[in-house]
Amino acid sequence: MKVFMAISATHMRLAWRGGHSGLAVAFLFIAVTLLPFGLGPELTLLRALAPGLLWVVLVMSVLVSLDRLFQEDFEDGTLDQLIGLGLSLEAVVLAKLVGHYLAVIVPLLIGVPIAGLMLNIAPSHVPGLMLALGLGTPALVLLGGIGAALAVSVRRGGLLSVLLTLPFYVPVMIFGAAASKTALAGAAAMPALAILALLSLAGLCLAPLAIAAALRAAIR
Amino acid sequence: MLKALENISAYYANPTRFMRLADRLRAPLWALALIVLAYGLMRAMNVPDDYQQGATVKIMFVHVPAAWMALFGYSFIFIASVTALVFRHPLGHVAARAAAPVGATFTAIALVTGALWGQPMWGTWWVWDARLTSVLVLFFVYLGYMALWQAIAEPTRAARAAAILAIVGFVNVPIVKFSVDWWNTLHQPASVSRLARPALHADFLYPLLIMGVAFLLLFLALTLTRMQMEVLRQKLRMRHMRGPEA
Repeated sequence: MKVFMAISATHMRLAWRGGHSGLAVAFLFIAVTLLPFGLGPELTLLRALAPGLLWVVLVMSVLVSLDRLFQEDFEDGTLDQLIGLGLSLEAVVLAKLVGHYLAVIVPLLIGVPIAGLMLNIAPSHVPGLMLALGLGTPALVLLGGIGAALAVSVRRGGLLSVLLTLPFYVPVMIFGAAASKTALAGAAAMPALAILALLSLAGLCLAPLAIAAALRAAIR
Repeated sequence: MLKALENISAYYANPTRFMRLADRLRAPLWALALIVLAYGLMRAMNVPDDYQQGATVKIMFVHVPAAWMALFGYSFIFIASVTALVFRHPLGHVAARAAAPVGATFTAIALVTGALWGQPMWGTWWVWDARLTSVLVLFFVYLGYMALWQAIAEPTRAARAAAILAIVGFVNVPIVKFSVDWWNTLHQPASVSRLARPALHADFLYPLLIMGVAFLLLFLALTLTRMQMEVLRQKLRMRHMRGPEA
């Protein structure tokens, strides 16, 4: 457990110091800024679309942030060292993902309500949206890790891992957007929220196995 | 029974033996596929026009079997990948890689013929309906699988990564199907699967089933040919690495 926490903490520190967390949040805001240019500045239209738009933008930000998640460790040999710690590779992977979630995804989530103001989101929609994002983002990180791990040995694997990951994001997007459209996450949103939580929990059980298998395939 | 299967699969783990078998099978398989395809097309062309859809109903005879093959192709890749990863059968990776572009092409055919049918019938080329969307996602899964093979230069590494992706993706496809169904449905429900009393008239059903068999044979013939290409490519690579005098 001590080693697990140490790996998470190291990943967090690297993400902060490397400016990775800040870059992800900046990406979120620049993407939101582009939206009114494409859709027009009418506030009523933006208000109607805001929850869905924020989901799309957040999914893109998470995807971009996952680029090179394992790549540096793979290239400079850190990954081999981490395996030698006596922890299973699955646990190492999970530790890194937890660190990534805390260092990069949590700042993104904090940015979402502010980005929502820029899109004139209805205040009553914010709690529901945040609840759905909170339940859905673990699944996004876990599933995105699979794409990042599969493309780990590819030198410019960014676009490749996006292509590999997006099909896995379809269910999360569908239930996430559905849950966010209902104000205050009322009873109508419950089934979608429950399925989101299910996706995250299933990802928590299965994704580290797949990620570790993909990394082992690359190391050998 | 299981023992016999084991022996057969072990026997053909040798690529030379597999190539000998494939050489013998290839021509008859292609001939059979083309004959059944020609017969199926003939039957399909003679089908009476639908009282609502007119002649466009004939698109179905290409569209539906192509969609079947899209799903069959991915299942084939999944089974081949499991064979390769779990049982370490050397032909598993070869079969999976060979089948991918074939399955992707059938998926593209299903999407394009669906659009061609949708334009006169629904009045639009594309709708964000559950069935269409899930087939589109399946197409992207195929593309990702092929891109991964292409991107990793070292063959054994690429093979393992691709097999893991195939297995994880196979878990994902039904989840996508379930979620887009929940999201939006306009497509007519499956009308062939109810074997006891199909919703399709026999005049349409038999040509459709013949076309299905034809497409299956075509899939197998294409995949077998591509498997042979893959084995040859590996041999060429080995010879290249050994140098000219070997």
